[in-house]
Amino acid sequence: MIKIMIKNKYLILRRLTQISIIVLYFGANAWGWNILVGNLSSSLIAGIIPMSDPFAVLQMFTAGAIITVDLFIGALVVLFFYGIVGGRAFCSWVCPINIVTDASAYVRNKFGFNKIQKKQPASRNIRYWVLIMSLAISFIMGITAFEFISPISMVHRGIIFGLGFGFSAVMIIFLFDLFVLKNGWCGHVCPLGGFYSLVGKYSLIRINHEEEKCTLCMKCKDVCPENQVLHMIGKSSEQVLSGECTNCARCIEVCDDDALNFSLRDLIARKKEK
Amino acid sequence: MNSTEQKQKEIVMTEEPINERRTFFLTIARAAGLAALGGLIWSAYVDEVTSNRLILRPPGALPEIDFLKTCIKCGMCVEACPFDTLKLASPGDNKPIGTPYFIPRDIPCYMCEDIPCVPVCPSGALDITKVSTNQKLDINKAEMGVAVVDSKNCIAFWGIQCDACYRACPLMDVAIKLDYSKNERTGKHALIKPVVDSDACTGCGLCERACVTEKASIIVLPREMVLGKSGDHYVKGWDETDEVKLETAKAEITSTKLSEKSVENSLNDSGDLLND
Repeated sequence: MIKIMIKNKYLILRRLTQISIIVLYFGANAWGWNILVGNLSSSLIAGIIPMSDPFAVLQMFTAGAIITVDLFIGALVVLFFYGIVGGRAFCSWVCPINIVTDASAYVRNKFGFNKIQKKQPASRNIRYWVLIMSLAISFIMGITAFEFISPISMVHRGIIFGLGFGFSAVMIIFLFDLFVLKNGWCGHVCPLGGFYSLVGKYSLIRINHEEEKCTLCMKCKDVCPENQVLHMIGKSSEQVLSGECTNCARCIEVCDDDALNFSLRDLIARKKEK
Repeated sequence: MNSTEQKQKEIVMTEEPINERRTFFLTIARAAGLAALGGLIWSAYVDEVTSNRLILRPPGALPEIDFLKTCIKCGMCVEACPFDTLKLASPGDNKPIGTPYFIPRDIPCYMCEDIPCVPVCPSGALDITKVSTNQKLDINKAEMGVAVVDSKNCIAFWGIQCDACYRACPLMDVAIKLDYSKNERTGKHALIKPVVDSDACTGCGLCERACVTEKASIIVLPREMVLGKSGDHYVKGWDETDEVKLETAKAEITSTKLSEKSVENSLNDSGDLLND
């Protein structure tokens, strides 16, 4: 048991962060805790540090709203963290929908759907088009378009303030990922994931692959929700530099050969190569 | 054999580039189709949900159109409200999802003097300047809505004595006044009718909450929904402050076929009438 837990330490840590963030928000609403107030759209840490969803702020800006200083600083704090440090870590360490889609991917794998439907019929670039579309609709209709339909906001807000029909959004995403498209929502459609892919492109924390240790079992590619980022597996020793990597660390956990690990972006070595 | 094989090869070679081009155009068309479909459903939904104009917002809220683009849906106002008046719209409420609102018949706004819901707003969707006078918070300036009396179902208009709304009003005798008149039916009693002064009414909804009829006969509605606008044409000549209108008023000259000539000429001109 302990062995399994150590083996999956990142997964457990991720679930702990995801759930404790929600619990802290919930506690703020229900019992007046002052650790993390608000929700993932905008919040205050300990009543001092503002955080706001930079994508929501961007939509507000395109919609023509006046951005207040609080919101601007809050968005910068978040952009700074993911842009410099964490990469696309929001998706796998914070976002509550990640729990749903991971569950779906797990069931899909267990039932062997992946073997039946090997080729994915959709492009992973859809998310960037949805991103552009949400900004376009925001601009034309003068509202924050994605925030009106975002299942992410629906769910985290729902857990804190009351879910309503938000539960159906969770079900739809679960079934979509299970039967229609592998990693459909997080890996293909979600514009917030696309946004953070762009933001986290140059972040410091990167997965590193050591080719000499790799035995080509391809477990990492099976488990990775964005397996196009692992194109170097068994081919060359390099870091996973695609912004679409969510730093979820599942590849590190499933690798029995220690060929994958967290590392800091190798700024100097890359310059030498060039 | 050989020749047929060659023919097949030729066919394959000639067909291949066409196929590639076809798939290219097909992908483009598919993408465009999907984008159009998605965009249409998306904007139709947004249009539908934002067309609900019967939503009461927290004090200090910007006009609905600006409010919808500015509110980031963080729920801090909801958390700040000590009476659980404010709620965040959840899917299925038929309101823009995640925006704060309240239903006065359930829980009205109790008009806290320190207005905890407004200063916490990070986005400025709840504007502190709209609820303060001389930089001091003043909840009486709030314009959440305006109370409207249904004079057919309000029992005070029947002649039954009831001043529940009048007494519940935090601005008693200012926002709701009592209007005394003769009860013509009995000939010897008085009608004591509640009358709302829309200039003073904040729309807190305490009256709607207090109303004794089965369904409230005094209800709060958003101000834009209820209040009219007299425009520049009508000026209260007896009110100096109203004459300010004249400074910004623009004369609009409409010209029709008749007004091209002077009034006299226009009246004297029989035009085509004689020809008929």
